[in-house]
Amino acid sequence: MISLEFLVASAIGVLVAGGIYLTLRGRTFQVVLGLTLFSYAVNLFLFASGRLVVGRAPIWSKSVTDYADPLPQALVLTAIVITFGMTALAVILMLRSFLETGSDQVDGAPCDNEPAADRADDRADDREDAA
Amino acid sequence: MNLAVHLAIAPIVIPALAAPLALLVMRRRRRLGITISFASCFAMLAAALGLLVQSRDGIIRTYELGDWEAPFGIVLVTDRLATIMLVLAAVMALLALLHAVLTKADRDGWHFHPLLQFQLLGLNGAFLTGDLFNLFVFFEVLLIASYGLMVHGQGSARLKAGVQYVVVNIIGSSLFLIALGLLYALTGTLNMADMGLRIAAIGPDDQWLLRVAALLLVSVFALKAALVPLHLWLPRTYAVATPAVAALFAIMTKVGVYSLIRVVPQVLGDDAGSAAWAPAPYLLPAAVVTAVVGFAGVFVARRLSEQAAYAIIGSTGTLMIAVAAWQVDTLGAALYYLVHSTLAGAALFLIADVVARRRASFSDTISSGPAFCQRQAVGLLFLAAAIATVGLPPLSGFIGKLLIMESVADTASWGWAWTAILLTTLAGVIGFARAGSAVFWKEGPVSDGAEPAHVSRSDMAAPAIAILLLAALSVAAGPATALGNAAAAQVLDAPATARAVLGER
Repeated sequence: MISLEFLVASAIGVLVAGGIYLTLRGRTFQVVLGLTLFSYAVNLFLFASGRLVVGRAPIWSKSVTDYADPLPQALVLTAIVITFGMTALAVILMLRSFLETGSDQVDGAPCDNEPAADRADDRADDREDAA
Repeated sequence: MNLAVHLAIAPIVIPALAAPLALLVMRRRRRLGITISFASCFAMLAAALGLLVQSRDGIIRTYELGDWEAPFGIVLVTDRLATIMLVLAAVMALLALLHAVLTKADRDGWHFHPLLQFQLLGLNGAFLTGDLFNLFVFFEVLLIASYGLMVHGQGSARLKAGVQYVVVNIIGSSLFLIALGLLYALTGTLNMADMGLRIAAIGPDDQWLLRVAALLLVSVFALKAALVPLHLWLPRTYAVATPAVAALFAIMTKVGVYSLIRVVPQVLGDDAGSAAWAPAPYLLPAAVVTAVVGFAGVFVARRLSEQAAYAIIGSTGTLMIAVAAWQVDTLGAALYYLVHSTLAGAALFLIADVVARRRASFSDTISSGPAFCQRQAVGLLFLAAAIATVGLPPLSGFIGKLLIMESVADTASWGWAWTAILLTTLAGVIGFARAGSAVFWKEGPVSDGAEPAHVSRSDMAAPAIAILLLAALSVAAGPATALGNAAAAQVLDAPATARAVLGER
């Protein structure tokens, strides 16, 4: 019988492993996905820091002795909002960086399959067309 | 209602109000926006000075948000250390703002002033809070604002560096959350003072988990402070940021140092079992290597702004050499040096900009070009800032380094500390002399076409003020070190802080 703790812990582990692998990749899209996976894992982890319990009363009252810890839930809510904002910002920034430099590598190096100069020119043309 | 009590929250409320106001008026009435920004910074400085005067009596005051009792609610703690940092942040903000307005750098984008205010909101909050999760939130506030400021003015170099800066910091924040989750799971509290008390009760089975959490937390702060090997994000980011912004960022690495000084004695003190002073064995080697790497960078930098960025790393290393001993006199010396190195780092960035504005296509590269206007005056400013940064007399860097060396002389590892400080000083002297003679003495070939610009003297105001402040810090070294030592004694006395925050129990 697989315990709840084992399931959640292994899910967090898989998410972290995938997140770190993708974050270490060179292209910005993969990095964004990696950061997202990593932050999901962190949110799950924070949630679990209040212990994994099932069917307990949500809010503390004097008559209830066994209750689910509400604080990690509040923390997770804060963390979700912050990581959501961060991810949106990272996406926009990487998109701008791609349009500006013509490279979607995190280190700004030219891409292998297409000369960077052409690509930057294409982008400049696109922008002129749009204007 | 006693207004003096509510002064504690003023450094958070003022920028929180000023930021949206500046955002609203900026499009149509730029001058009004600038006025709001300046007024807010002066008000913050006044509030910070008020708090500093208030904290002179050595009482640790707490401010319970929403009147929720600690440890259930969030508390703001105003002790000497926090108020010193608040004053420093307000001064840095004024310098950066003045330089940005004088050089018109704030017109490169729409949102310089609101972002600056949000940045200050995050900084002040991080200095004031007594709650670990709240510290994370304020870190995020200052980071989000710093992302905007970092790419202010745009350009491909800034965007490229900005992407790396954001990715590194998002990972840092995630690790911060993991450490927080572990600590909460182990102690059941997020209030720093309460956590410091409860950490002693953790059973032997969980000691390894506690150690992991402690070291993770310390790594995150070391990342913010740019300690080797977590320093790689800094040089590129700071060197390409708008100079006024880079000057303000000089205090951002100090937020990491501040968090270490605040959290380690309070939470990971003597009672913390396996995590007691957990970072101590790693901090000194990291600090020594940081100082060496930083000043080696000063030695080999190709641009003045790059040199300034490496000087920031080097001075953080010197600072951490003192912090790593965790004694009252070393920490007191460290606090004096912290204030000094922040101002000196900012001065270097501002002077790099002053040079770049005058040299047309040569920009701030360390190479000899044609003579440019007001070369002597700029050269003197650079000389003063370089003297302060490497720590030659008569400016405060000398006093700071002397204090650090004197205070670490009693510790077991004083040999490493002395060697590192003396060698890096030598490297710094040579590096700055090389840069200064190339830029200000030699005359190189006239560049093709681009005529060196004639620029008004006014942009030298902000770096000159920074140098004057350094001079004042040297003249007032007696009271300043006394204040630093008193702040260090207060922050190392964790039980007293716990009593002040939680009441007598």
